[in-house]
Amino acid sequence: MLRLEKRPVPSRAWTVATPVLAVLLTMVAGGVMFQLLGKDPFVAIRTIFWDPVFGEFAWYFRGQLLVKAGPLILIAVGLSMGFRAGIWNIGAEGQYIIGAICGAAVGLAFYPLEAWFIFPLMVIAGGLGGWAWAMIPALLKTRFRTNEILVSLLLVYVAEQLLAAMALGRLRNPEGGGFPGSRNLSQYPSAANLELIPGTGMHWGVVAAFVAVIFGYILLQRHVLGYQIRLAGQAPRAARFGGVNPNRLVVFCLGLSGALAGLAGMFEVAGPAGQISIDFNSGYGFTAIIVAFLGRLDPLGILLAGLLMALTYIGGENAQSNLGLPSAAIQAFQGMLLFFLLALDLLSNFRVRLATRKVKT
Amino acid sequence: MTGRETLLSIEGLTKAYPGVIANSDVSFRIGLGEVHALLGENGAGKSTLVKMIYGLVRPDAGRMLLRGAEYAPADPHAARKAGVAMVFQHFSLFEALNVAENVSLGMENPPSQGQLARRIREVSQAYGLPLDPARLVGDLSAGERQRVEIVRCLLQDPKLLIMDEPTSVLTPQEVEILFRTLRQLSAEGTAILYISHKLEEIRALCDTATVLRLGKVVGTCTPRAKSARELAEMMVGKLLNETRRSGSAPGAAVIEVQGLSVRSPNPFGTALKDVSFSVRRGEVLGIGGVAGNGQDELLAALSGEVSAPKGAVMLNGTDIGALGPNGRRSLAVLSAPEERLGHAAAPDMSLTENAVLTGAAREGLVRGGFVNWGKARAFAERIIREFDVRTPGPGNAARALSGGNLQKFVIGREILQRPDVLVVNQPTWGVDASAAAAIRQALLDLAEGGTAVIVISQDLDELMEIADRFAALNEGRLSAPRPTEGLSIEEIGMMMGGAHGMEVAHAQG
Repeated sequence: MLRLEKRPVPSRAWTVATPVLAVLLTMVAGGVMFQLLGKDPFVAIRTIFWDPVFGEFAWYFRGQLLVKAGPLILIAVGLSMGFRAGIWNIGAEGQYIIGAICGAAVGLAFYPLEAWFIFPLMVIAGGLGGWAWAMIPALLKTRFRTNEILVSLLLVYVAEQLLAAMALGRLRNPEGGGFPGSRNLSQYPSAANLELIPGTGMHWGVVAAFVAVIFGYILLQRHVLGYQIRLAGQAPRAARFGGVNPNRLVVFCLGLSGALAGLAGMFEVAGPAGQISIDFNSGYGFTAIIVAFLGRLDPLGILLAGLLMALTYIGGENAQSNLGLPSAAIQAFQGMLLFFLLALDLLSNFRVRLATRKVKT
Repeated sequence: MTGRETLLSIEGLTKAYPGVIANSDVSFRIGLGEVHALLGENGAGKSTLVKMIYGLVRPDAGRMLLRGAEYAPADPHAARKAGVAMVFQHFSLFEALNVAENVSLGMENPPSQGQLARRIREVSQAYGLPLDPARLVGDLSAGERQRVEIVRCLLQDPKLLIMDEPTSVLTPQEVEILFRTLRQLSAEGTAILYISHKLEEIRALCDTATVLRLGKVVGTCTPRAKSARELAEMMVGKLLNETRRSGSAPGAAVIEVQGLSVRSPNPFGTALKDVSFSVRRGEVLGIGGVAGNGQDELLAALSGEVSAPKGAVMLNGTDIGALGPNGRRSLAVLSAPEERLGHAAAPDMSLTENAVLTGAAREGLVRGGFVNWGKARAFAERIIREFDVRTPGPGNAARALSGGNLQKFVIGREILQRPDVLVVNQPTWGVDASAAAAIRQALLDLAEGGTAVIVISQDLDELMEIADRFAALNEGRLSAPRPTEGLSIEEIGMMMGGAHGMEVAHAQG
């Protein structure tokens, strides 16, 4: 019989090894599933994990990797701060939308003026928009003790309605022949968030994601605020004893994650998406929650988790179109990855032993 | 040993946890109707042993015989069925339910509430523990809550009643009532396994004592035939240092608390009502009282976790009531809460990180918003060295330390920051005797250096040993402090609230 023993201190070796082991187990279990679906498991796994990076069309997919991973990482780094402190912002998707609307609105307001300051202004507007949207649950929580999970989540649906209203109303392209959606910002040079190095997918949003990872790392490891965030999450009473003001922490964490989500939305609308449209948002804000946990709420982990997540999305789409795998199978495959990661997490906190019972009963 | 018939015999019980042998080849027997003490320091293996008897933990080796038959309870349910009941140190009661409801929750086939209420009344009257089955547990004193637990056990008509540190929540008067009940039970043939480290109690109550040290039985004796000192030496295995007190006279008042009334942050907590006292330079004020009478709230109001009304907390004549914990720390008002894991220290953080928890400002561990981890580590190492904290190093997580070692760390962390006022709650709770002596000595040395020390504790012996003056908290009110010298145990008991209005229904007084 197997028995679990809690480790006095989490094992460092296992913390590093479990993600790798989880990917391998996912390949095995996923391979079995693909086999049962009548596909060659080796081809399927290669299509998902290998081809996007090293395959024939890798020149295209590699760029896509950063385009998809950028916003995930940017949002997830912000979310991870709050998650560590026990402050649950589930509404990054809404903050992402509002950031995009605010950023795009500022850009469109200057159309067709060409000036260097337009893009920086859009960046500021995007960040502020996301921040302001996150301040709603923050203030309600600090003032009235409302639950930030519910408020931030429900505000996503409000943001979606606002997005539709904007795409159909105030931000609609006046020269668009009545079609919903704004002007295409990528065709407006002063407002466009273009690829910085052709073929890499590297745009300002990806740069911002890398910067966020570095700053997140420094904040958590070196700064007293990062210390307070970790303290508040692990031992709230000890945090109060240590002089942490819980309300200030709520405002900071929600504000930071909102601002980063807003920035991600802004970079997306000015770059890869190009315009405000009814279905502009594609779930980055929710997927980022998964990325944050996959990365163990650690900025460097999130960087890797974001890239891995982007890879399975791109590879999954390829497998659907090239091999005719049903999309449900791809989702199940991604689900397995999450499952194994979280299940194997046990190994870093527990030691598995074969129970040896010598008791005479 | 008396010539009683054996009820439970324990033969060679052994239980090991990773890195620790909790019990090694423990054997002894308990006779019918015997009051048997299990004596030992914290960490000697008493809890593990009774958990094995109560079916909560399975032994690695050895066996138990109950009335000659093999006894190996798979769970507490099986233990209760065999006639073994246990009253835990920490009660498992629901405060929002009444007494009868709480009792019925623990039963297999509870009778109707009306019937049960009648049974509770009968049993509690019969054993001198009057209880009103309709009262809400949240409104009961600690002593009354213990009665609920005891009555719950008695309803099962146990042959062996295990009591884990039952007197830690009682006033001296309440202890007297409890002992009469236990003697009555014993006279009726119920054996009692009484776990404690309080020697005088054991000498007063128990027929036989088994002494455990580091998981092994080091001796069996008749406690009445030994002095408390002899028992202590058996328990600790060496002679204990007695704390030294200097006779220096205290100076001017440093901290003055005047009419402090604060609501408790938690719904079943106790509000502080009109608490007043002052402590002078170099003085130790001991604050006693049964747990849950406002100790946590008093510490929070002094540490700054809860802000105090205007003018209620004064430091050298300045109002500090509105300052938070760090504001007070910067004025050299430091504190160490009772709960080590989760309040005084963050369990999963390293000792270095925990050194930053309270040392950030006074030790200059944070500069321009950035933590100087090198300096923090050096501070943690200094605490470990000067307070003899047994740990591989400051990188270890707080929860990996034993209770006593973590307590030394927590107290040391505050003492090394040169406080003018130090407030500690339960400084030696769960700490082995030699570490406890070291902590007490450190507090006395601190007072000698001119610090005003406030020690909140439920251990009356400890307060008598180190405090210059004594006051007791009772339902959020503080009695007027009195010099400890010449204070009798009865007077202390009355300051703590006497028997809390619990009537005594013992037939012959």
